Amino acid sequence: MSNKEYTDISSIAGPLMVVEGVEGVKYEELVEVNVTGESAPRFGKVLDISKDKAVVQMFAPTTGMTAEGTRARFRGETLKLGVSEDMLGRVFNGVGEVADGGPEIVAEERRDIAGEPINPYSREFPNDFIQTGIGSIDVMNTLVRGQKLPIFSGAGLPHSRLAAQIARQASVKDGSDFAIVFATLGVSFEEAEYFRREFEEAGALERSVLFINTAADPVVERVSTPRMALTTAEYLAFEKGKHVLVILTDMTNYCEALREVSSARKEVPGRRGYPGYLYTDLSTIYERAGRIKGKQGTITQIPILTMPDDDKTHPVPDLTGYITEGQFVISRELYRKGVFPPVDVQGSLSRLWSAGVGEGKTRDDHSALKDQLFASYATGREVRELAVVLGEASLDDTDRAHLKFADEFEREFVGQGEFENRSVEESLDIGWKLLAMLPQTSLKRVKKEQIEQYMPKS
Amino acid sequence: MTNTDTASHGDTKAGEILRVTGPLVRANGMHEAKLYEVVKVSEEKLLGEIIELHGDEAAIQVYEETAGIGPGDAVYRTGRTMSVALAPGLLESIYDGVQRPLKTLQEVAGDHYIKRGIEASPVDMEKKWKFNPVAKEGDKVQEGDVLGEVQETALIMHKIMVPPGEGGRVASIKNGDFNVTEEIATLKHDDDSVASISMLQYWPIRAARPKHSKIFPTEPLRTGGRSVDTFFPIAKGGAGCIPGPFGAGKTVTQQGIAKFCDAEIIVYIGCGERGNEMTEVLDEFPHLIDPNSGEPLMKRTILIANTSNMPVAAREASVYTGITIAEYYRDMGYNVALMADSTSRWAEAMREISGRLEEMPGEEGYPAYLSSRTAEFYERAGIVKTLGSDGRTGSLTVIGAVSPPGGDLSEPVSQATLRVTKTFWSLDADLAYKKHFPSINWLNSYSLYAQNFEDFWRKEIAEDFVEIRATAMSLLEKESKLLEIVRLVGMESLSNSDRLILEVARMIREDFLFQNAFDKDDAYTPLDRQYGILKSIVTYFEVGQAVVNQAEFEFATFTSVPSFAEVADLKNKLEWTKDDYQTFQEKVRSELTALVGKVA
Repeated sequence: MSNKEYTDISSIAGPLMVVEGVEGVKYEELVEVNVTGESAPRFGKVLDISKDKAVVQMFAPTTGMTAEGTRARFRGETLKLGVSEDMLGRVFNGVGEVADGGPEIVAEERRDIAGEPINPYSREFPNDFIQTGIGSIDVMNTLVRGQKLPIFSGAGLPHSRLAAQIARQASVKDGSDFAIVFATLGVSFEEAEYFRREFEEAGALERSVLFINTAADPVVERVSTPRMALTTAEYLAFEKGKHVLVILTDMTNYCEALREVSSARKEVPGRRGYPGYLYTDLSTIYERAGRIKGKQGTITQIPILTMPDDDKTHPVPDLTGYITEGQFVISRELYRKGVFPPVDVQGSLSRLWSAGVGEGKTRDDHSALKDQLFASYATGREVRELAVVLGEASLDDTDRAHLKFADEFEREFVGQGEFENRSVEESLDIGWKLLAMLPQTSLKRVKKEQIEQYMPKS
Repeated sequence: MTNTDTASHGDTKAGEILRVTGPLVRANGMHEAKLYEVVKVSEEKLLGEIIELHGDEAAIQVYEETAGIGPGDAVYRTGRTMSVALAPGLLESIYDGVQRPLKTLQEVAGDHYIKRGIEASPVDMEKKWKFNPVAKEGDKVQEGDVLGEVQETALIMHKIMVPPGEGGRVASIKNGDFNVTEEIATLKHDDDSVASISMLQYWPIRAARPKHSKIFPTEPLRTGGRSVDTFFPIAKGGAGCIPGPFGAGKTVTQQGIAKFCDAEIIVYIGCGERGNEMTEVLDEFPHLIDPNSGEPLMKRTILIANTSNMPVAAREASVYTGITIAEYYRDMGYNVALMADSTSRWAEAMREISGRLEEMPGEEGYPAYLSSRTAEFYERAGIVKTLGSDGRTGSLTVIGAVSPPGGDLSEPVSQATLRVTKTFWSLDADLAYKKHFPSINWLNSYSLYAQNFEDFWRKEIAEDFVEIRATAMSLLEKESKLLEIVRLVGMESLSNSDRLILEVARMIREDFLFQNAFDKDDAYTPLDRQYGILKSIVTYFEVGQAVVNQAEFEFATFTSVPSFAEVADLKNKLEWTKDDYQTFQEKVRSELTALVGKVA
């Protein structure tokens, strides 16, 4: 630990500052920067350290900093967050400072926000069904506790409302509630405020921790905000035994912040100017979800990202998809049709669905019914396309039944509305009711006995 | 790895750190160091490897998190290059990228997070193994000769071989229970010097293990996957790649092969992938029964797990660690299959290190040596005559997943891989979207080994296997052309013979290629049953084609014969033998031929 102050600042450019003549400085060390005439210090961390020169990435904007008169002090530790169970019900800014006017948090523990990789051997495979109350998720793309499942959205789509609905309704069979850790990254004030009010109205605020970084806040803050949120979540989950749902919105803004820092460092860019280590960096966020052997709590992550131009191959959704265990895709087509929540059932995927469904978790017919709904809906959509090209007259009875099924499926099964909270059994029953519209010979994925047992008799 | 071995040497302090950027450290005082030598960085003894030398200065990639390390910290040399420990006890282990056993890491750290600077021996150094000598005192042995055997698991007899570069007359050989470091034999060289042999050997990970010679591959690896085995097979000792966008089913396909293929040893490298996926393998494999031996799959498996959030340099090393272990079992004379998921993450690790070394980048920021490193890696696959005087053969099959950004195969990693692999399973996002699994695109995928297997297929499966396969593939080809026409002018415009092609192609797709990896019966189909199913479908086409030209039909009469509906169920007839399929084919034949009479 050095208490020496350095004043030899050789350059300030973008979020980076170079300090000369340093001694005993370590990689990733926290730096406190005092600017003449300011009472509160700004903070940064060491990105590159040579014999006598340290490159510092600032967490606060560098606006107004001067090469002369600015003093840097290296703190001898990495960036840490004081965590406590008292954080529940509180609102913080993007760097973890109290932002709701309440008292300071008395930390029970101070933790490095970078986190550490969980030993794969120590992990336990996620297998508890989470009921979101949304049929298109619960039945078709089941979410399980400890999973990381992002929402892929686009500009102008209602991903915030979907996320709020999930946060409001999410529950597990044993009745335990989720604690929610929620972080906004560079979103507009309205959006951040929408979530805060949503949580307040639903009475969820006292079991939530909010980290708010809006578009007006410094870009570089965003790089640490998700890590603050996850550090809090890890503490609540693995020390305090809570089931934590982490929502991060919008990860595209996070990646852009990262790109800004990378370009300021003049690094060789990867695709679309994003740094080559974007995958590794994102994984250090997304992989902080899961279950651990011998620990009661879990972390389930729902990051939200907007795909530029709805392009799933853009680096941000692309690399995210390679790390997360599936994705919920929001469909512009369904949204235009007035379907809410507009979940693109076919484009969405939950890799861990099989761990969450079946007897004792949901119901014995779940898996077969899901396959049948997928198959019938796919057929219905194909027929719909065919009808556009060749006209409805060219369709036979089976085709027409599938066409009607696809319409009803979207309207009734997917389009349940923003405030309807369906149990998974209700959703399954609606699925069976819709299948009754189709001739039984085309139901190849469900067994005869299941039809007998579950399909409503007309 | 080096741990115990270096401890006995004692590490020597060599120099000091000059600069730290991420996983890359530069240090001085290295004029005596070797390239790829293992070093320990700072008082925390973080594991690192020298990857560049400039006079007194070395660039070191560090296999652990470097936060808190800074200029002036010490660097210790070990004198050894990066190596893996090879001995009984490897099987059933799960390692990180530099062969530290994750189970031990958890026990030593007492924590579920991976802590830094922990030393953990790759195999249990205390455990006693029953060593049965095969060689006798006085025998003349050369490198690769088997000295004795150890029953490593219920499935695998571990052969203790004379290490490469050794040889001589067996001066003494023991029989009994020993741990891996104890002497089990001594060899007397021609110059009367004596070498002590234990069951533990080391081998540097970046060098291929020596072999006598490579052999031309002529036998397929049987995986139980219908589209893999029949349409796009891979050789025992072959190299294949699975590129595909996320969600297309790379991991499920690879795990399917790992579970059911008829290799005796599986090395599964999770390289920069999901933590939960590795946990799934760890949970599942001990309970899954190998269809070829009846024992739990874990008993033939070694896992390397360097998940995406673990240090990036160790990810770079993980594929070499895995393949060196795989070669070691190949040298015992086993068929080994290695899965690397995903090689794109390995390439990205190379790119990250290269960027920090400030090397001149090649395409998309990847280093210029990307393609040569990729080629070197896949070239370590092969069926070989091993070292040793008994002329054993062993094979190493390498299957690499590739994760091209946006599914675009024109990117450098896919291209570098396609040049050196001979089986290409092209996973298709559209098929995955339609929930057709495995989403192996039947038009784009290929296997250059197929010709090598013709003799094998004719002899082992059926005289007409090659023709049936060719007919089925050509039907799929024709289907794609016909579908374009249908899209333009509608189904009515097609002749009955074309509609028959569409119908049969649909059967091939839905009732043969479609395979449910989550259904325990459907997930594995032996090759003779694959042939039975496909032959039945092709029979429907061949007889149907002969009939269709003889009379005017309503096309629906073809699909109304009883056997038509039964085709969909063929894959579930687990107990069917060759005769049952023949009976069914006869039924198809007679039902379709009877149609001619009815109409006329």
